[in-house]
Amino acid sequence: MNDVAVIGAGMTVFQRRLKETGKELSYLATKMALEEAGITKKDIDMVVMGSAPDAFDGIHQKGENLLDGAAGAGKPYVRVFNGGGTGVFAPIAGWWHVASGVADIALVVCEEKMGNCYPHPQTAFRHIWDPILDRPLAPNLVWLFAMEMNRYMTKYNIKKEDIARVAVKNKRNAVGHPCAQLPDEKITIEDVLNSEMMAWPVQRLDISPPSDGASALIFCSKDKVRQFTDDPVWVDGVGWNIDSTMWTNRDLSFPRYVANAARMAYKMAGIHNPRKEIDFAEPYDPFDYKELHHMEGLLLCNKGEAPILTREGVTERDGNMPMCPSGGLMGVGNPIAATMGQKICELYWQLAGKAGKRQIPTDPQVGVGQAWGDIMQMATVAVLRRG
Amino acid sequence: MAKKIEGSPGYAPGTRVSTKDIVQKKISYSWWEPEVQYSWSMGQAMSKFIMGLKDGKILGRTCIKCDRVLVPPRMFCEYCYGPTDNWIELKDTGSIETYSISYLDSDARRIKDPILIGVISIDGASPQHGFMHYFGEMTKEEIHIGMKVKAVWKAPKDREGAITDIKYFKPLKGGGKK
Repeated sequence: MNDVAVIGAGMTVFQRRLKETGKELSYLATKMALEEAGITKKDIDMVVMGSAPDAFDGIHQKGENLLDGAAGAGKPYVRVFNGGGTGVFAPIAGWWHVASGVADIALVVCEEKMGNCYPHPQTAFRHIWDPILDRPLAPNLVWLFAMEMNRYMTKYNIKKEDIARVAVKNKRNAVGHPCAQLPDEKITIEDVLNSEMMAWPVQRLDISPPSDGASALIFCSKDKVRQFTDDPVWVDGVGWNIDSTMWTNRDLSFPRYVANAARMAYKMAGIHNPRKEIDFAEPYDPFDYKELHHMEGLLLCNKGEAPILTREGVTERDGNMPMCPSGGLMGVGNPIAATMGQKICELYWQLAGKAGKRQIPTDPQVGVGQAWGDIMQMATVAVLRRG
Repeated sequence: MAKKIEGSPGYAPGTRVSTKDIVQKKISYSWWEPEVQYSWSMGQAMSKFIMGLKDGKILGRTCIKCDRVLVPPRMFCEYCYGPTDNWIELKDTGSIETYSISYLDSDARRIKDPILIGVISIDGASPQHGFMHYFGEMTKEEIHIGMKVKAVWKAPKDREGAITDIKYFKPLKGGGKK
Protein backbone atom coordinates (compact mmCIF):
# COMPACT_ATOMS: atom_id res chain seq x y z
CA MET A 1 0.00 0.00 0.00
CA ASN A 2 1.18 3.53 -0.75
CA ASP A 3 1.58 6.03 2.09
CA VAL A 4 -1.08 8.74 2.01
CA ALA A 5 -0.75 12.35 3.22
CA VAL A 6 -3.24 15.17 3.73
CA ILE A 7 -2.35 18.38 1.90
CA GLY A 8 -5.43 20.56 2.28
CA ALA A 9 -8.78 20.91 4.03
CA GLY A 10 -11.79 23.19 3.88
CA MET A 11 -15.04 23.77 5.71
CA THR A 12 -18.08 26.06 5.46
CA VAL A 13 -20.03 27.67 8.26
CA PHE A 14 -22.28 25.15 10.03
CA GLN A 15 -25.73 26.55 10.69
CA ARG A 16 -29.35 25.37 11.12
CA ARG A 17 -30.05 26.83 7.67
CA LEU A 18 -27.67 28.21 5.05
CA LYS A 19 -28.76 30.08 1.95
CA GLU A 20 -26.39 28.20 -0.38
CA THR A 21 -27.48 24.94 -2.02
CA GLY A 22 -25.68 21.70 -1.20
CA LYS A 23 -23.84 22.00 -4.49
CA GLU A 24 -22.73 25.55 -3.66
CA LEU A 25 -21.61 24.51 -0.17
CA SER A 26 -19.60 21.65 -1.69
CA TYR A 27 -17.95 24.18 -4.00
CA LEU A 28 -17.06 26.55 -1.15
CA ALA A 29 -15.48 23.82 1.01
CA THR A 30 -13.63 22.32 -1.97
CA LYS A 31 -12.28 25.71 -3.08
CA MET A 32 -10.82 26.29 0.38
CA ALA A 33 -9.12 22.88 0.39
CA LEU A 34 -7.71 23.46 -3.12
CA GLU A 35 -6.38 26.87 -2.02
CA GLU A 36 -4.69 25.38 1.05
CA ALA A 37 -3.08 22.63 -1.05
CA GLY A 38 -2.12 25.14 -3.75
CA ILE A 39 -3.68 23.08 -6.56
CA THR A 40 -6.64 23.37 -8.95
CA LYS A 41 -9.41 21.05 -10.15
CA LYS A 42 -7.25 19.67 -12.97
CA ASP A 43 -4.74 18.30 -10.42
CA ILE A 44 -7.42 16.12 -8.80
CA ASP A 45 -7.39 12.52 -10.08
CA MET A 46 -10.51 11.21 -8.33
CA VAL A 47 -13.31 12.47 -6.12
CA VAL A 48 -15.19 10.84 -3.23
CA MET A 49 -18.46 12.39 -2.06
CA GLY A 50 -19.85 11.64 1.40
CA SER A 51 -23.44 12.50 2.22
CA ALA A 52 -25.93 10.85 4.57
CA PRO A 53 -29.67 10.08 4.07
CA ASP A 54 -31.14 11.55 0.88
CA ALA A 55 -34.31 12.28 2.83
CA PHE A 56 -32.79 15.36 4.52
CA ASP A 57 -31.90 17.18 1.31
CA GLY A 58 -35.08 15.82 -0.27
CA ILE A 59 -33.14 14.89 -3.42
CA HIS A 60 -32.71 11.19 -4.05
CA GLN A 61 -29.35 9.96 -5.32
CA LYS A 62 -27.99 13.32 -4.26
CA GLY A 63 -24.45 12.34 -5.20
CA GLU A 64 -25.31 13.34 -8.75
CA ASN A 65 -26.92 16.57 -7.58
CA LEU A 66 -23.78 17.53 -5.68
CA LEU A 67 -21.30 16.34 -8.31
CA ASP A 68 -20.52 19.64 -10.07
CA GLY A 69 -19.96 21.45 -6.76
CA ALA A 70 -17.56 18.74 -5.64
CA ALA A 71 -15.23 19.15 -8.64
CA GLY A 72 -16.28 15.70 -9.84
CA ALA A 73 -17.52 16.45 -13.36
CA GLY A 74 -15.48 14.53 -15.91
CA LYS A 75 -13.61 12.53 -13.25
CA PRO A 76 -13.88 9.16 -11.52
CA TYR A 77 -16.43 10.01 -8.82
CA VAL A 78 -18.28 7.95 -6.24
CA ARG A 79 -20.59 8.69 -3.35
CA VAL A 80 -20.19 6.63 -0.17
CA PHE A 81 -22.69 6.48 2.62
CA ASN A 82 -23.17 4.85 6.00
CA GLY A 83 -25.31 7.29 7.93
CA GLY A 84 -23.47 9.13 10.68
CA GLY A 85 -20.37 7.04 9.95
CA THR A 86 -19.97 8.82 6.60
CA GLY A 87 -17.92 11.75 7.94
CA VAL A 88 -15.00 9.39 8.58
CA PHE A 89 -15.90 6.72 6.01
CA ALA A 90 -15.66 9.18 3.07
CA PRO A 91 -12.03 10.03 3.95
CA ILE A 92 -11.34 6.29 4.41
CA ALA A 93 -12.59 5.79 0.84
CA GLY A 94 -10.44 8.74 -0.31
CA TRP A 95 -7.48 7.15 1.45
CA TRP A 96 -7.89 3.82 -0.39
CA HIS A 97 -8.08 5.61 -3.75
CA VAL A 98 -4.52 6.82 -3.09
CA ALA A 99 -3.22 3.90 -0.99
CA SER A 100 -4.16 1.48 -3.78
CA GLY A 101 -2.15 3.47 -6.29
CA VAL A 102 -5.07 4.21 -8.63
CA ALA A 103 -4.91 7.94 -7.78
CA ASP A 104 -2.09 10.27 -6.75
CA ILE A 105 -4.40 13.03 -5.58
CA ALA A 106 -7.91 12.36 -4.30
CA LEU A 107 -10.44 14.93 -3.14
CA VAL A 108 -13.04 14.06 -0.49
CA VAL A 109 -16.10 16.28 -0.14
CA CYS A 110 -18.80 15.85 2.50
CA GLU A 111 -22.12 17.68 2.44
CA GLU A 112 -25.36 17.76 4.37
CA LYS A 113 -28.36 20.07 4.19
CA MET A 114 -30.76 19.11 6.95
CA GLY A 115 -32.54 22.47 6.97
CA ASN A 116 -34.47 21.53 3.80
CA CYS A 117 -36.64 19.05 5.70
CA TYR A 118 -39.94 20.01 7.42
CA PRO A 119 -41.37 20.05 9.98
CA HIS A 120 -38.03 18.81 11.35
CA PRO A 121 -35.16 16.59 10.13
CA GLN A 122 -36.44 14.10 12.74
CA THR A 123 -39.37 13.49 10.38
CA ALA A 124 -36.95 12.05 7.81
CA PHE A 125 -35.37 9.86 10.48
CA ARG A 126 -38.73 8.08 10.77
CA HIS A 127 -37.86 6.30 7.56
CA ILE A 128 -34.78 4.53 8.92
CA TRP A 129 -36.75 2.42 11.43
CA ASP A 130 -37.79 -1.17 10.74
CA PRO A 131 -41.20 -0.94 9.04
CA ILE A 132 -42.71 -3.98 10.80
CA LEU A 133 -41.40 -3.97 14.36
CA ASP A 134 -40.64 -0.31 15.04
CA ARG A 135 -42.59 2.11 12.87
CA PRO A 136 -46.07 1.20 14.16
CA LEU A 137 -44.84 2.52 17.54
CA ALA A 138 -44.30 6.00 15.99
CA PRO A 139 -40.72 6.26 17.23
CA ASN A 140 -38.50 9.31 17.42
CA LEU A 141 -34.81 8.72 16.72
CA VAL A 142 -33.85 10.40 20.00
CA TRP A 143 -35.42 7.38 21.73
CA LEU A 144 -32.59 5.19 20.49
CA PHE A 145 -29.93 7.38 22.01
CA ALA A 146 -31.90 7.91 25.19
CA MET A 147 -32.15 4.13 25.60
CA GLU A 148 -28.45 3.66 24.91
CA MET A 149 -27.49 6.51 27.25
CA ASN A 150 -29.68 5.08 30.02
CA ARG A 151 -28.15 1.62 29.62
CA TYR A 152 -24.62 3.11 29.71
CA MET A 153 -25.39 5.29 32.75
CA THR A 154 -27.06 2.47 34.65
CA LYS A 155 -24.39 -0.15 33.94
CA TYR A 156 -21.50 2.06 35.07
CA ASN A 157 -23.40 4.15 37.62
CA ILE A 158 -22.65 7.41 35.79
CA LYS A 159 -24.15 10.69 36.97
CA LYS A 160 -25.81 13.03 34.49
CA GLU A 161 -23.62 15.90 35.65
CA ASP A 162 -20.52 13.99 34.53
CA ILE A 163 -22.07 13.58 31.09
CA ALA A 164 -23.06 17.26 31.00
CA ARG A 165 -19.38 18.17 31.43
CA VAL A 166 -18.79 16.98 27.85
CA ALA A 167 -21.40 19.39 26.47
CA VAL A 168 -19.84 22.22 28.45
CA LYS A 169 -16.29 21.39 27.34
CA ASN A 170 -17.15 21.03 23.67
CA LYS A 171 -19.34 24.13 23.43
CA ARG A 172 -16.51 26.07 25.10
CA ASN A 173 -13.89 24.53 22.77
CA ALA A 174 -16.02 25.61 19.80
CA VAL A 175 -15.54 29.26 20.71
CA GLY A 176 -12.27 29.16 18.76
CA HIS A 177 -13.89 27.68 15.65
CA PRO A 178 -14.89 30.16 12.91
CA CYS A 179 -17.55 27.77 11.51
CA ALA A 180 -19.23 26.97 14.82
CA GLN A 181 -23.01 26.95 15.22
CA LEU A 182 -23.30 26.67 19.00
CA PRO A 183 -20.14 27.98 20.67
CA ASP A 184 -20.78 29.11 24.24
CA GLU A 185 -18.03 30.46 26.44
CA LYS A 186 -20.26 30.84 29.47
CA ILE A 187 -22.26 27.60 29.46
CA THR A 188 -22.33 25.70 32.78
CA ILE A 189 -23.19 22.18 33.90
CA GLU A 190 -26.34 23.62 35.49
CA ASP A 191 -27.43 25.04 32.12
CA VAL A 192 -27.27 21.54 30.63
CA LEU A 193 -28.99 19.88 33.60
CA ASN A 194 -31.74 22.53 33.59
CA SER A 195 -32.37 22.43 29.83
CA GLU A 196 -35.63 21.09 28.39
CA MET A 197 -36.21 17.35 28.87
CA MET A 198 -36.50 15.73 25.43
CA ALA A 199 -36.45 11.98 26.10
CA TRP A 200 -35.03 11.14 29.49
CA PRO A 201 -32.11 11.01 30.08
CA VAL A 202 -31.51 13.17 26.99
CA GLN A 203 -32.05 16.91 27.50
CA ARG A 204 -31.89 19.68 24.94
CA LEU A 205 -28.28 20.65 25.66
CA ASP A 206 -27.16 17.00 25.55
CA ILE A 207 -27.88 16.98 21.78
CA SER A 208 -25.95 18.52 18.89
CA PRO A 209 -28.07 20.61 16.53
CA PRO A 210 -29.17 19.69 12.99
CA SER A 211 -27.18 21.76 10.52
CA ASP A 212 -26.33 22.64 6.95
CA GLY A 213 -22.67 22.56 5.95
CA ALA A 214 -19.86 21.04 3.90
CA SER A 215 -16.22 20.09 4.36
CA ALA A 216 -13.41 18.93 2.08
CA LEU A 217 -10.07 17.17 2.34
CA ILE A 218 -7.30 16.44 -0.18
CA PHE A 219 -5.11 13.31 -0.03
CA CYS A 220 -1.79 12.94 -1.84
CA SER A 221 0.53 9.97 -2.47
CA LYS A 222 3.98 9.84 -0.88
CA ASP A 223 5.58 10.16 -4.33
CA LYS A 224 4.01 13.56 -4.95
CA VAL A 225 3.68 15.02 -1.47
CA ARG A 226 7.05 16.81 -1.39
CA GLN A 227 5.80 19.11 -4.15
CA PHE A 228 3.30 20.51 -1.68
CA THR A 229 4.79 20.40 1.80
CA ASP A 230 7.94 19.56 3.75
CA ASP A 231 5.92 18.72 6.86
CA PRO A 232 3.16 16.33 5.79
CA VAL A 233 0.43 14.86 7.95
CA TRP A 234 0.03 11.13 7.22
CA VAL A 235 -2.91 8.78 7.41
CA ASP A 236 -1.37 5.91 9.39
CA GLY A 237 -4.35 3.62 9.79
CA VAL A 238 -8.03 3.26 8.99
CA GLY A 239 -10.69 0.90 10.32
CA TRP A 240 -14.38 0.29 10.01
CA ASN A 241 -16.80 -2.24 11.44
CA ILE A 242 -20.55 -2.76 11.71
CA ASP A 243 -22.61 -4.71 14.24
CA SER A 244 -25.88 -6.58 13.65
CA THR A 245 -28.94 -4.51 12.81
CA MET A 246 -30.86 -6.40 15.52
CA TRP A 247 -30.18 -3.58 17.96
CA THR A 248 -32.61 -4.88 20.57
CA ASN A 249 -30.35 -7.96 20.85
CA ARG A 250 -27.19 -6.07 21.76
CA ASP A 251 -25.82 -4.78 25.07
CA LEU A 252 -25.88 -1.06 24.38
CA SER A 253 -23.54 -0.21 27.25
CA PHE A 254 -20.38 -0.76 25.16
CA PRO A 255 -19.90 -0.15 21.40
CA ARG A 256 -17.94 -3.29 20.52
CA TYR A 257 -18.03 -2.38 16.81
CA VAL A 258 -16.08 0.82 17.63
CA ALA A 259 -13.47 -1.30 19.41
CA ASN A 260 -13.28 -3.60 16.37
CA ALA A 261 -12.79 -0.64 14.00
CA ALA A 262 -10.22 0.92 16.35
CA ARG A 263 -8.23 -2.33 16.58
CA MET A 264 -8.14 -2.51 12.78
CA ALA A 265 -6.88 1.09 12.50
CA TYR A 266 -4.36 0.73 15.34
CA LYS A 267 -2.95 -2.46 13.87
CA MET A 268 -2.42 -0.74 10.52
CA ALA A 269 -0.84 2.24 12.28
CA GLY A 270 1.46 0.02 14.38
CA ILE A 271 -0.12 1.29 17.61
CA HIS A 272 0.12 -1.24 20.45
CA ASN A 273 -0.87 0.94 23.39
CA PRO A 274 -3.39 3.52 22.22
CA ARG A 275 -3.59 5.21 25.63
CA LYS A 276 0.11 6.09 25.48
CA GLU A 277 0.68 6.42 21.77
CA ILE A 278 -2.31 8.60 20.86
CA ASP A 279 -2.04 12.24 21.88
CA PHE A 280 -5.60 13.44 21.24
CA ALA A 281 -8.88 12.30 19.72
CA GLU A 282 -11.98 13.48 17.93
CA PRO A 283 -14.54 10.86 19.02
CA TYR A 284 -17.98 11.29 17.45
CA ASP A 285 -20.13 13.39 19.78
CA PRO A 286 -23.66 13.93 18.38
CA PHE A 287 -24.72 13.57 22.03
CA ASP A 288 -22.51 14.40 25.01
CA TYR A 289 -22.59 10.82 26.34
CA LYS A 290 -21.37 9.55 22.96
CA GLU A 291 -17.96 11.18 23.44
CA LEU A 292 -17.55 9.10 26.62
CA HIS A 293 -18.98 5.94 25.05
CA HIS A 294 -16.66 6.32 22.06
CA MET A 295 -13.60 7.14 24.15
CA GLU A 296 -14.12 3.73 25.75
CA GLY A 297 -14.84 2.10 22.38
CA LEU A 298 -11.62 3.60 20.99
CA LEU A 299 -9.80 1.80 23.85
CA LEU A 300 -8.47 5.10 25.21
CA CYS A 301 -9.64 4.17 28.73
CA ASN A 302 -11.41 1.39 30.63
CA LYS A 303 -15.16 0.80 30.38
CA GLY A 304 -16.98 3.32 32.57
CA GLU A 305 -13.80 5.36 33.11
CA ALA A 306 -14.35 8.14 30.53
CA PRO A 307 -16.65 10.21 32.79
CA ILE A 308 -14.05 10.09 35.57
CA LEU A 309 -11.24 11.25 33.26
CA THR A 310 -13.52 14.02 31.99
CA ARG A 311 -14.29 15.14 35.55
CA GLU A 312 -10.54 15.22 36.28
CA GLY A 313 -9.90 17.51 33.29
CA VAL A 314 -7.84 14.94 31.34
CA THR A 315 -9.92 15.53 28.19
CA GLU A 316 -9.70 19.34 28.18
CA ARG A 317 -7.72 20.94 25.36
CA ASP A 318 -4.76 21.41 27.73
CA GLY A 319 -5.22 18.02 29.45
CA ASN A 320 -3.23 14.83 28.94
CA MET A 321 -5.69 13.37 26.42
CA PRO A 322 -7.69 16.18 24.76
CA MET A 323 -11.07 15.09 23.31
CA CYS A 324 -12.84 17.12 20.61
CA PRO A 325 -10.50 20.14 20.60
CA SER A 326 -12.50 21.34 17.55
CA GLY A 327 -15.60 21.80 19.69
CA GLY A 328 -17.04 18.63 18.18
CA LEU A 329 -20.57 18.17 16.95
CA MET A 330 -21.89 19.51 20.26
CA GLY A 331 -20.27 22.90 19.70
CA VAL A 332 -19.56 23.26 15.98
CA GLY A 333 -22.75 21.56 14.70
CA ASN A 334 -23.92 18.30 13.19
CA PRO A 335 -24.45 18.38 9.41
CA ILE A 336 -24.03 14.61 9.45
CA ALA A 337 -21.43 13.70 6.80
CA ALA A 338 -19.89 17.19 6.82
CA THR A 339 -18.68 16.56 10.38
CA MET A 340 -15.59 15.27 8.60
CA GLY A 341 -14.64 18.93 9.30
CA GLN A 342 -14.33 18.22 13.04
CA LYS A 343 -13.36 14.56 12.94
CA ILE A 344 -10.66 14.46 10.24
CA CYS A 345 -9.96 18.01 8.98
CA GLU A 346 -9.39 19.01 12.62
CA LEU A 347 -6.85 16.20 13.12
CA TYR A 348 -4.98 17.55 10.11
CA TRP A 349 -5.14 21.18 11.28
CA GLN A 350 -4.03 20.23 14.80
CA LEU A 351 -1.18 18.01 13.61
CA ALA A 352 -0.03 20.63 11.07
CA GLY A 353 -0.03 23.26 13.84
CA LYS A 354 -2.67 25.28 11.98
CA ALA A 355 -5.55 25.17 14.46
CA GLY A 356 -5.12 28.78 15.64
CA LYS A 357 -7.08 29.47 18.82
CA ARG A 358 -8.01 25.78 19.04
CA GLN A 359 -4.42 24.56 18.89
CA ILE A 360 -3.55 21.90 21.48
CA PRO A 361 -0.57 23.42 23.35
CA THR A 362 1.38 20.17 23.82
CA ASP A 363 2.60 19.66 20.21
CA PRO A 364 0.53 16.55 19.39
CA GLN A 365 2.04 13.96 17.04
CA VAL A 366 -0.76 11.36 16.70
CA GLY A 367 -4.54 11.81 16.66
CA VAL A 368 -7.52 9.51 16.12
CA GLY A 369 -10.87 10.56 14.61
CA GLN A 370 -14.05 8.50 14.64
CA ALA A 371 -17.63 8.60 13.44
CA TRP A 372 -20.65 6.45 14.22
CA GLY A 373 -23.83 5.72 12.36
CA ASP A 374 -26.68 3.61 11.01
CA ILE A 375 -28.79 2.13 13.85
CA MET A 376 -26.11 2.47 16.58
CA GLN A 377 -23.93 -0.07 14.79
CA MET A 378 -21.40 1.50 12.41
CA ALA A 379 -17.95 2.72 13.40
CA THR A 380 -15.37 4.42 11.20
CA VAL A 381 -11.90 5.28 12.53
CA ALA A 382 -8.77 6.98 11.16
CA VAL A 383 -5.38 7.59 12.76
CA LEU A 384 -3.35 10.57 11.52
CA ARG A 385 0.30 11.31 12.36
CA ARG A 386 2.55 14.29 11.95
CA GLY A 387 5.40 13.50 9.51
CA MET B 1 -16.24 35.77 1.36
CA ALA B 2 -15.91 36.03 5.13
CA LYS B 3 -12.94 37.85 6.64
CA LYS B 4 -9.57 36.15 7.05
CA ILE B 5 -9.11 34.29 10.34
CA GLU B 6 -5.86 33.30 12.02
CA GLY B 7 -5.55 29.52 11.93
CA SER B 8 -7.47 26.99 9.85
CA PRO B 9 -10.04 27.02 8.42
CA GLY B 10 -8.75 30.38 7.23
CA TYR B 11 -12.22 31.79 6.65
CA ALA B 12 -15.80 30.63 7.11
CA PRO B 13 -17.85 30.71 3.89
CA GLY B 14 -21.65 30.32 3.85
CA THR B 15 -24.62 32.61 4.43
CA ARG B 16 -26.71 32.04 7.56
CA VAL B 17 -30.49 32.32 7.11
CA SER B 18 -33.36 31.81 9.57
CA THR B 19 -36.76 30.11 9.30
CA LYS B 20 -38.21 33.63 9.44
CA ASP B 21 -36.33 34.54 6.25
CA ILE B 22 -38.15 31.65 4.55
CA VAL B 23 -41.60 32.25 6.07
CA GLN B 24 -41.41 35.95 5.18
CA LYS B 25 -40.09 35.05 1.70
CA LYS B 26 -36.94 37.12 2.19
CA ILE B 27 -35.02 34.44 0.28
CA SER B 28 -36.03 32.58 -2.88
CA TYR B 29 -37.05 28.98 -2.33
CA SER B 30 -39.16 26.22 -3.85
CA TRP B 31 -41.40 23.75 -2.00
CA TRP B 32 -42.33 20.10 -2.55
CA GLU B 33 -44.51 17.65 -0.67
CA PRO B 34 -43.85 14.11 -1.85
CA GLU B 35 -46.84 11.78 -2.00
CA VAL B 36 -45.71 8.19 -1.96
CA GLN B 37 -46.92 4.98 -0.34
CA TYR B 38 -45.21 1.68 0.38
CA SER B 39 -46.28 -1.82 1.29
CA TRP B 40 -43.80 -4.28 2.76
CA SER B 41 -44.15 -8.02 2.59
CA MET B 42 -43.25 -9.20 6.08
CA GLY B 43 -41.30 -12.20 4.85
CA GLN B 44 -41.09 -15.67 6.37
CA ALA B 45 -39.92 -14.97 9.91
CA MET B 46 -41.90 -11.81 10.60
CA SER B 47 -45.17 -13.13 9.08
CA LYS B 48 -45.15 -16.02 11.56
CA PHE B 49 -44.12 -13.78 14.47
CA ILE B 50 -46.79 -11.17 13.72
CA MET B 51 -49.48 -13.84 13.25
CA GLY B 52 -48.36 -15.21 16.64
CA LEU B 53 -49.03 -11.81 18.18
CA LYS B 54 -52.52 -11.90 16.67
CA ASP B 55 -53.03 -15.17 18.59
CA GLY B 56 -51.65 -13.62 21.77
CA LYS B 57 -48.31 -15.46 21.57
CA ILE B 58 -44.70 -14.33 21.44
CA LEU B 59 -42.74 -16.66 19.16
CA GLY B 60 -38.99 -17.11 18.95
CA ARG B 61 -36.69 -19.17 16.79
CA THR B 62 -33.86 -21.38 17.96
CA CYS B 63 -30.32 -21.61 16.62
CA ILE B 64 -29.08 -24.94 17.98
CA LYS B 65 -25.52 -24.39 16.78
CA CYS B 66 -25.17 -21.05 18.63
CA ASP B 67 -27.40 -22.20 21.52
CA ARG B 68 -29.55 -19.11 21.10
CA VAL B 69 -33.29 -18.40 21.28
CA LEU B 70 -33.82 -15.49 18.90
CA VAL B 71 -36.41 -12.75 19.43
CA PRO B 72 -37.26 -11.16 17.05
CA PRO B 73 -37.10 -14.47 15.18
CA ARG B 74 -35.23 -14.86 11.88
CA MET B 75 -34.88 -17.71 9.41
CA PHE B 76 -31.07 -17.53 9.48
CA CYS B 77 -28.55 -16.78 12.21
CA GLU B 78 -26.43 -13.69 11.59
CA TYR B 79 -23.48 -15.22 13.52
CA CYS B 80 -23.10 -18.86 12.39
CA TYR B 81 -24.81 -17.92 9.13
CA GLY B 82 -26.76 -21.15 8.98
CA PRO B 83 -30.53 -21.65 8.90
CA THR B 84 -32.28 -21.42 12.27
CA ASP B 85 -33.96 -24.58 13.55
CA ASN B 86 -37.32 -24.45 15.34
CA TRP B 87 -40.19 -22.20 16.33
CA ILE B 88 -40.71 -21.87 20.07
CA GLU B 89 -43.50 -20.21 22.05
CA LEU B 90 -42.23 -17.93 24.81
CA LYS B 91 -43.91 -16.34 27.80
CA ASP B 92 -45.35 -12.85 27.44
CA THR B 93 -43.20 -11.64 30.31
CA GLY B 94 -39.71 -10.24 30.47
CA SER B 95 -37.55 -7.55 31.99
CA ILE B 96 -36.74 -3.99 31.00
CA GLU B 97 -33.36 -3.91 29.30
CA THR B 98 -33.39 -0.13 28.89
CA TYR B 99 -35.98 2.63 28.58
CA SER B 100 -36.65 6.32 27.96
CA ILE B 101 -39.27 8.79 29.09
CA SER B 102 -40.05 10.73 25.92
CA TYR B 103 -41.50 14.21 25.63
CA LEU B 104 -41.07 14.10 21.83
CA ASP B 105 -43.39 12.65 19.23
CA SER B 106 -42.09 11.23 15.95
CA ASP B 107 -41.94 14.71 14.36
CA ALA B 108 -39.99 16.04 17.38
CA ARG B 109 -43.12 17.92 18.49
CA ARG B 110 -43.34 18.38 22.25
CA ILE B 111 -45.89 16.30 24.17
CA LYS B 112 -47.11 16.90 27.70
CA ASP B 113 -47.72 13.36 28.96
CA PRO B 114 -44.50 11.49 28.33
CA ILE B 115 -44.34 8.19 26.46
CA LEU B 116 -42.62 5.37 28.39
CA ILE B 117 -40.68 3.40 25.80
CA GLY B 118 -37.92 0.82 25.96
CA VAL B 119 -36.57 -2.61 25.14
CA ILE B 120 -37.96 -5.74 26.80
CA SER B 121 -35.85 -8.89 27.11
CA ILE B 122 -38.37 -11.71 26.78
CA ASP B 123 -38.33 -14.52 29.37
CA GLY B 124 -37.08 -17.79 27.92
CA ALA B 125 -35.17 -16.11 25.09
CA SER B 126 -31.40 -15.59 25.08
CA PRO B 127 -30.10 -12.62 27.10
CA GLN B 128 -30.98 -9.30 25.46
CA HIS B 129 -33.39 -10.96 23.07
CA GLY B 130 -36.55 -8.97 22.74
CA PHE B 131 -38.00 -5.87 21.10
CA MET B 132 -38.97 -2.25 21.64
CA HIS B 133 -42.38 -1.43 23.07
CA TYR B 134 -44.35 0.96 25.27
CA PHE B 135 -44.77 0.64 29.04
CA GLY B 136 -47.96 1.40 30.98
CA GLU B 137 -49.61 1.09 34.40
CA MET B 138 -46.42 2.44 35.96
CA THR B 139 -45.17 5.93 36.68
CA LYS B 140 -42.01 7.49 35.37
CA GLU B 141 -40.72 7.30 38.93
CA GLU B 142 -41.34 3.54 39.12
CA ILE B 143 -39.86 2.44 35.80
CA HIS B 144 -36.33 1.02 36.04
CA ILE B 145 -33.88 -1.23 34.23
CA GLY B 146 -34.39 -4.84 35.32
CA MET B 147 -38.09 -4.30 36.16
CA LYS B 148 -40.16 -7.44 35.50
CA VAL B 149 -42.98 -6.76 33.04
CA LYS B 150 -45.88 -8.52 31.32
CA ALA B 151 -47.61 -7.82 28.01
CA VAL B 152 -51.05 -6.21 28.00
CA TRP B 153 -52.82 -7.47 24.86
CA LYS B 154 -55.55 -5.91 22.78
CA ALA B 155 -58.84 -7.82 22.86
CA PRO B 156 -58.63 -10.69 20.28
CA LYS B 157 -61.26 -9.04 18.03
CA ASP B 158 -59.19 -5.85 17.86
CA ARG B 159 -55.90 -7.51 16.93
CA GLU B 160 -54.80 -6.96 13.35
CA GLY B 161 -51.42 -8.68 13.06
CA ALA B 162 -49.07 -5.93 14.18
CA ILE B 163 -46.56 -5.19 16.94
CA THR B 164 -49.30 -2.96 18.37
CA ASP B 165 -51.46 -6.06 19.09
CA ILE B 166 -49.60 -5.73 22.38
CA LYS B 167 -50.82 -2.45 23.86
CA TYR B 168 -47.87 -2.08 26.25
CA PHE B 169 -45.98 -3.91 28.98
CA LYS B 170 -47.12 -3.46 32.59
CA PRO B 171 -45.33 -4.33 35.84
CA LEU B 172 -45.46 -8.03 36.59
CA LYS B 173 -47.11 -8.58 39.97
CA GLY B 174 -44.66 -7.19 42.49
CA GLY B 175 -42.44 -5.89 39.68
CA GLY B 176 -43.28 -2.25 40.23
CA LYS B 177 -40.96 -1.78 43.18
CA LYS B 178 -37.38 -0.65 42.69
